[in-house]
Amino acid sequence: MQETQQNEGFTQDASGGDRDGFLLPELVAHLREGRTALRQEWATRITDAHLLSSMTSQEVFSEATSVYDNYVEVLETGSVEELRHYARDLSERIIPRGVETHEVVGIVLLLRDVLARSLFEKYQKDFRLLNEVLDAYEPAANRIANTVAVSFVDERERVIRQQQDSILELSTPVLQVRERLLILPIIGVLDNQRARQLTEQLLRGIRTHRAKVVVIDITGVPDVDESVANSLVQTVDASRLMGAEVIITGLSSEIAQTLVTIGVDLTKMRTVGDLQGGIEEAERQLGFKVMRNGDAQH
Amino acid sequence: MPSIEPGGMTEPLRVSILTQGRYLIVSIHTALDDGQMTRLQRDLVDQVGRQRSRGIIVDLSTLDVLDSFATRTLTQLAHAAQLRGAVTVVVGIAPEVAIAMTQLALQMNFLRTALDLEEGLALLGELTGADNGVPSQGRSHDDH
Repeated sequence: MQETQQNEGFTQDASGGDRDGFLLPELVAHLREGRTALRQEWATRITDAHLLSSMTSQEVFSEATSVYDNYVEVLETGSVEELRHYARDLSERIIPRGVETHEVVGIVLLLRDVLARSLFEKYQKDFRLLNEVLDAYEPAANRIANTVAVSFVDERERVIRQQQDSILELSTPVLQVRERLLILPIIGVLDNQRARQLTEQLLRGIRTHRAKVVVIDITGVPDVDESVANSLVQTVDASRLMGAEVIITGLSSEIAQTLVTIGVDLTKMRTVGDLQGGIEEAERQLGFKVMRNGDAQH
Repeated sequence: MPSIEPGGMTEPLRVSILTQGRYLIVSIHTALDDGQMTRLQRDLVDQVGRQRSRGIIVDLSTLDVLDSFATRTLTQLAHAAQLRGAVTVVVGIAPEVAIAMTQLALQMNFLRTALDLEEGLALLGELTGADNGVPSQGRSHDDH
């Protein structure tokens, strides 16, 4: 490490450890100095690469400014915690604007490259020093890129989880239409988790309303595949164990044909064309007879 | 028939079988081991003949688990009772138990189910009143 003294750009003669500690501040000072030009360069590169296309150029520029400052700050302090916090903030801001993961990773990598280029330029005279500067810069820069990407994905997943929860909470209502007759209109995609939740809800409903017949309407279910069909069969079975008959209504012709083609065994299911028919069938079974006022005397 | 475990035979049966007219009523409060389950099945089928019962009600309303062996035994009990002329109705299955049973994909061909004891008695009345054990769909009502 004695060679250091020979470096022109580096007047301080010190031991290796001190020097390493000295390189980074110098680097940071350099990046602070060239802030305006480098930031502009970066923003231009972002636009050229068609990243962040969902944001206006002003927005890109102001985000670029704050990311740039934070980037330099993290280089200086090396505090990943702070960066993580910042990255989460940033993700929270840009995810609702439809920014994709590849864009975020892309812009951070672009910034890394822009800054690296400026370092090449500054230290081009001294290859050895350049190497040492890059040794200090690269791990820090990679750590930043990594942290930002991970935070972004984490934030996205958090948003997705939150949305899933709220979809689940848009619970399927179990409604009583007549004494001992429940209807359960299902709207939207039926996956295994939802099917399970729905079954639990229905069974609780059967117990509280002492239902004998349940009409499940699946008009609003866009796609019924084998697993959905099987979970419906399970719902029917479980309801029967609780003493309630289930009538399924609203199978579209496409779905009916799909089920026949893939050969799902639906012999245990009672199906009626539409919700009205299902309710009429259920009423018949329960002994209700609905008639118009005038028709009462025949 | 599953083999009968010796333990279940010597121990006293921890379930009481009540007679109500021509029905037998059993309420299972705690999870029974396999031997007890088998013993219950044998005793019930026995009594169906002795008391000339027309129906059996098995109440599970205080039970929060039912394993596959117990379910199978209940099915066999229902089948055997059917052969001796009695209909078996299982009542009071809790939602969690119902879900677990369907996930085990158990065949419950001879089992009739009802919400609770009251419903079970009503169902038995319907089934045995028709005097053929064939499930009759729907109840006849007086529509004004």
